[in-house]
Amino acid sequence: MSMGPTSNLTPELAAMQVEIEEHARRYGLDFYPTIFELIDADQLNAIAARGGFPTRYPHWRFGMEYEQLSKGYHYGLQKIYEMVINNNPCYAYLMRSNAALDQKLVMAHVYGHCDFFKCNDWFSQTNRKMMDDMANHGTRIRRYMDQVGVEPVEDFIDACLSVEDLIDICSPFIQRREKKDNYRFGDREKQEEESRSPRFQAKGYMDSFVNPREVLLSKQLEAAEKGVARRIPEQPERDVLLFILEHAPLTSWQADVLSIVRDESYYFAPQAQTKIMNEGWASYWHSTIMINKAVTAVDIVNYADHHSGTLASSPTQLNPYKVGIELFRDIEDRWNRGAFGRDYDECEDVQQRRRWNTGAGLGRQKIFEVRRIHNDLTFIDEFLTLDFVRDHKLFRFGYNPGSEAYEIESREFPKVKQQLLQSLTNRGRPIISVVDGNYRNRGELYLRHDFSGVELQTDFAVDTLRNLERLWNRPVHIETVLENARAVLSFDGKNHEIEKGDSVDIPGLEAIT
Amino acid sequence: MDIERDQRRFKQIVRGRIRDNLRKYITHGEMIGRKGRDLVSIPVPQLDVPRFKFGKNGSGGVGQGDGEVGDALGKPGQGPDGAGGAGSDPGGGHYLEVEVSLDELAEMLGNELELPRIKPKGAASIEAEKTKYNSIRQTGPESLRHVRRTYLRALKRQISTGSYEIGDPRVIPVKADKQYRSWNEVPQPQVNAAVVYMMDVSGSMTDEQKEIVRTEAFWIDAWLGKQYKGVEKRYIIHDAVAKEVDENTFYHTRESGGTRISSAYKVAADLIEREFPVADWNIYCFQFSDGDNWGDDNRKAFELLGEKLLPASNLFCYGQVESPYGSGDFIDALEKQYSDHEKLVLSEIADKDAIYESIRKFLGKGK
Repeated sequence: MSMGPTSNLTPELAAMQVEIEEHARRYGLDFYPTIFELIDADQLNAIAARGGFPTRYPHWRFGMEYEQLSKGYHYGLQKIYEMVINNNPCYAYLMRSNAALDQKLVMAHVYGHCDFFKCNDWFSQTNRKMMDDMANHGTRIRRYMDQVGVEPVEDFIDACLSVEDLIDICSPFIQRREKKDNYRFGDREKQEEESRSPRFQAKGYMDSFVNPREVLLSKQLEAAEKGVARRIPEQPERDVLLFILEHAPLTSWQADVLSIVRDESYYFAPQAQTKIMNEGWASYWHSTIMINKAVTAVDIVNYADHHSGTLASSPTQLNPYKVGIELFRDIEDRWNRGAFGRDYDECEDVQQRRRWNTGAGLGRQKIFEVRRIHNDLTFIDEFLTLDFVRDHKLFRFGYNPGSEAYEIESREFPKVKQQLLQSLTNRGRPIISVVDGNYRNRGELYLRHDFSGVELQTDFAVDTLRNLERLWNRPVHIETVLENARAVLSFDGKNHEIEKGDSVDIPGLEAIT
Repeated sequence: MDIERDQRRFKQIVRGRIRDNLRKYITHGEMIGRKGRDLVSIPVPQLDVPRFKFGKNGSGGVGQGDGEVGDALGKPGQGPDGAGGAGSDPGGGHYLEVEVSLDELAEMLGNELELPRIKPKGAASIEAEKTKYNSIRQTGPESLRHVRRTYLRALKRQISTGSYEIGDPRVIPVKADKQYRSWNEVPQPQVNAAVVYMMDVSGSMTDEQKEIVRTEAFWIDAWLGKQYKGVEKRYIIHDAVAKEVDENTFYHTRESGGTRISSAYKVAADLIEREFPVADWNIYCFQFSDGDNWGDDNRKAFELLGEKLLPASNLFCYGQVESPYGSGDFIDALEKQYSDHEKLVLSEIADKDAIYESIRKFLGKGK
């Protein structure tokens, strides 16, 4: 049983947890021990403001977040029902004022999330002891505040947060370069020796045949050229935070603060990458458990009301709960009917497709597989079908500068899907890399935004550069595209500059617009 | 968990931002008219953490529901990174709305303009009530229970009924013994101020000028309201004739007649005489006009000013608002007549941006 030492559930709720957990396990959900804590709305808002971690470091923006959450709650505009922390054990919070039925639903929902955290591959590299580490981060930052003052530390955190998005979300899975501690400087001479004469072993009399002079010379030249062309970074570096950490003139406390911000950013990244799936999965399971097992006839109306509230959608905001659960159900249904594969794909008769049923019965198995290997981007790419888009009335909208409003642009399947994929790429944030850490040979930092059709918001970009300059201590630049022309925004510590270049053709842009 | 600390820091930063932008708020009247009770809600720039993010240009998202291609959608949701938009977040701009009390704003204004505190004159007149815990009742909340008195009564009762034993000196209060602290309303003496606003509403004063007057009056009220507990306000409009009106009428009347400033002075002088005895009241007069006056009226106006209004007032402020129909020379005539009267303050207000300096001039004397 997973009752942790800090759980403070009432006997009724504890019994409820036992019941729901049992259901979840029988359905095949797999999770770390889960500790529920019963707290007041104010506490819940305070914890939510800290991103779910009560012990996180102090910072004004958590105060802002709290103010907004608690106002929203007191005005009755919003209410947080559930909060789960990806950790081992998992922590989940229940609001004291919720009715028993709601607590049951929340528990069922929570077990869906816990399973997802443990089993989805995108979470496989996340820190499962984040509760402890967040507390450590808090301690370290408080200590720096004691040493150098609250304001310098908080200001510095502001600057770090400005660029916290600039990490490489794939890097936990890829070894892009040797780890720093693998450098062995003592071997440098030997390395140089090697690069000078990459010879094959040969006996003296064979040497001129095995290692011909002209080849050696050309190799040597090549190596020399390589040496000249060497720059920092050698390849564009997506982990801008790491680059700054390694190359900016930071004091030790600053470097530590930045590394904390970076750690937390990596911790939260998979959650942003799997919002639709994670919420969809949890909703799928709360509804399955509740309908089949846990809800009584008396409660069914209340349950339905709450459930439909969670899944309500609005014209301009896709509800991840709704799209997620519907897609999982669609997949389950198709794999149960065998409605996949070549024969099905090639069938053009709509009626026949709808009636398609080979009795494959693979639905459950399939969705478990999907929840293991996909993230939102690949989930949509693989499983968003024409039928689904039609059935659920999805459309693509865009901003019309003329009317200053958002308008429905298209209901065509490829365009809707393309738009959705684009919105999900890199968690919906611009892809930005460090291209040069020694720009103009003056130690300036040059970033590049890989333009994909949507411009950066200039006022934000300008302010971000300002913060970036505080970290880098030398002029900073970002290359992007504004009004179809290449543009470089710069900040040198005093002045901002926007340099506009030639107009550019963006390859592949046609496909989108 | 110390969320209060973060909240405090957040508020502190907000106040800082407001102070930085105070001049803009003052001169552009952004919060006037939004005044709900004592709180104003004002937009504070740039409180969120700036990031590289997508703007509106080329952005879009996927939505769900009925509608034809080309249909406009309501305001898009503000979910930050939802699948709804390409990370764009059109509803939330670079601004955050925060609530500040008017009092606090006035305080900031005072600090910003380095306004001296006013030393009120006169004896106290209006009596406001203040609650004081200075009495005892038989009932009340437990938190207010008066322990000593309660036990005293219990002891008395026990002795008088003979249930008190010297050998076992226990005092056990019963319900009837309980005594609770209670409060009374205590009258508080206060010093008071009266503000008399006068405005020329002849045809040459346009809406834009009135907006300037309104903005300036708003801040004057806020500042004086901080210095005095009760501020009485009176409004007088005039063209060739003057009358007392309510605040709303004051700002929204437009007449077409000529201008006779003395008419307003007369109404003001009578009003003060009737309602605000000089001995008890701190009187402030603010007059706004574009400076056009019928030539022969100046003499009469100065007479009233010199004999009645200036002696009665702590301060008499004249603001000449520049008008598209050209500004008159009343301010020059005033200057000549009372060049260095200590109670008279003159200010020329060219446009909205001049409001800031004008307020400093008016209130900078600390009278």
